[in-house]
Amino acid sequence: MTPVAITMMIIAMVTVWGGLALAMWNLARHPEDEELLPEEMPHEL
Amino acid sequence: MTTAPSGRGGQAAPAKRETFSSRKLFILSAIGSAVGLGNIWRFPYVAYDNGGGAFLIPYLVALLCAGIPLLFLDYSVGHRGRGSAPLSYRRLSRAAEPLGWWQVLICFVIAVYYAAIIAWAAMYAWFSITKAWGDDAGAFFDSYLKTAPADEIGLSFDFVSGVFFPMLAVWIVTIVIMVAGVNKGISRANAIFLPLLVVMFVILVIQAVLLPGAMEGLNAFFTPNWEALRNPGVWAAAFGHIFFSLSVAFGIMVTYSSYLKRKTDLTGSGMVVAFANSGFEILAGIGVFAALGFMAVASGQAVSDVAGGGIGLAFVAFPTIVSEAPFGAILGVLFFGSLVFAGLTSLISILEVIVAAFQDKLGWSRKGATLIVTIPVALISMVLFPTTTGLYLLDTSDAFVNQFGILACALVTVIVLSAGLTALPKLQRHLNRTSSLKMGTGWRILVGGIAPVALGYMLINEIQTKSTESYSGYPTWFNGVFGWGMAGALIVGAILLSLIPWSDKSKLKDPEYDEFDAALSAEEAAEAAQEVKK
Repeated sequence: MTPVAITMMIIAMVTVWGGLALAMWNLARHPEDEELLPEEMPHEL
Repeated sequence: MTTAPSGRGGQAAPAKRETFSSRKLFILSAIGSAVGLGNIWRFPYVAYDNGGGAFLIPYLVALLCAGIPLLFLDYSVGHRGRGSAPLSYRRLSRAAEPLGWWQVLICFVIAVYYAAIIAWAAMYAWFSITKAWGDDAGAFFDSYLKTAPADEIGLSFDFVSGVFFPMLAVWIVTIVIMVAGVNKGISRANAIFLPLLVVMFVILVIQAVLLPGAMEGLNAFFTPNWEALRNPGVWAAAFGHIFFSLSVAFGIMVTYSSYLKRKTDLTGSGMVVAFANSGFEILAGIGVFAALGFMAVASGQAVSDVAGGGIGLAFVAFPTIVSEAPFGAILGVLFFGSLVFAGLTSLISILEVIVAAFQDKLGWSRKGATLIVTIPVALISMVLFPTTTGLYLLDTSDAFVNQFGILACALVTVIVLSAGLTALPKLQRHLNRTSSLKMGTGWRILVGGIAPVALGYMLINEIQTKSTESYSGYPTWFNGVFGWGMAGALIVGAILLSLIPWSDKSKLKDPEYDEFDAALSAEEAAEAAQEVKK
């Protein structure tokens, strides 16, 4: 692989997978607050 | 709502709307829906063909400026309206109900042909073990489908048993999942299939990059062609791809988000879904081009000579790679198995749009609605596609429903919501009420300004292309009936379905929603008053 192709591959991985990691980190910082959830679990299926 | 007594007698207390039991299950299901066949067989070639490594720039711009904002729009409509697509749009405005039915009918068309591709992929996973295609995968594909010659394009009812029975199996599995409902069916299926898909695909990618010649393929895939960025067509390709890849604007995300609990981080969850979808695409690009690099080197050709996408890539190029690669059978099972799981999780979400719509409008029970809706859909699918002309019908209906169904409907939806109903401020407030990432005026500009321009540009281009040349060289009457005619019928059907009165047992009159709506409306009024004060 040429250096420019390797660079683009790394940039693609870092931006997209890094974006995913960041999004998951953000979500983990805001856990579901069960006490705030007024809905009951579905009572049957 | 599931199999609660209210669906039958109408005298018992109305059943509560089903909810995903956790945010994680919603995210898994939404990723399962977004990651479909297109991620595996469409993205790699679109990226390669539109600038290679340089495509990353328009791709990310499209993701951030159109894909994610439209995804949030869908979430806000479904979560605020707490209903299927027709009900959620109707709750915004009575006049908007046809938009929901248009999306339901688009899902119907996609569902009937999607099952056929999953069935082919399942058979090809089996064929991989013995490399049944020999040394001519192209001829084998035609003989497997028993495709009618080009001069006999039409609607044949000569059934092909090798496709018919696998399709039957696909429909039975799907219907069983759908009948079980949101938590026991859809959530569980995604919680099993999606991790399985990711594990299989990661193993496939590792195997592919270790093949001799893989680096040639990756080099071709990632080498940037910066000149391509000056071509508006490349930008349109990026917006088009992101738009189809994220499953936005055809009811799926509206329906799934309607099953979310009231206080859910909509935007935070959406970012995970969007980036997981793109992350899978990058993985697919690496796996597919590593394999194509091997094929090119093995056959003494350039990567550009073997690169392709869609059905040709999956059912002709990949089998050839499977035949030539060391441990090719494993590669084949992993690749076609991945297509099956990616396809199944998407098919489930597509069908849910239809089931939920009829369940809401007619007040049917979960089991009743699922059976009454999915069995006829399965029958239509089984009559039209496992035949000698199934491939032609699939090709035309796929191309036209994508462009003049999904794309046209998305354009009309964003215009109606932004300019017609001026609903964006309300939806923005709804997103911000419980979400971690707050949407500002920028979101309204992207949804009400950038998205209609990008969608309109793509639609005009498509109308010009498809009206000046015969799609795939098929007869005019064939494209006219199953392409243009089908796309037009979706609009007429949507209007007619909107005219059917809502049943007394329907979810339109739902005390649970009325309570939810009253609380939210009060909060919205207070917030609006505060904004005015500021």
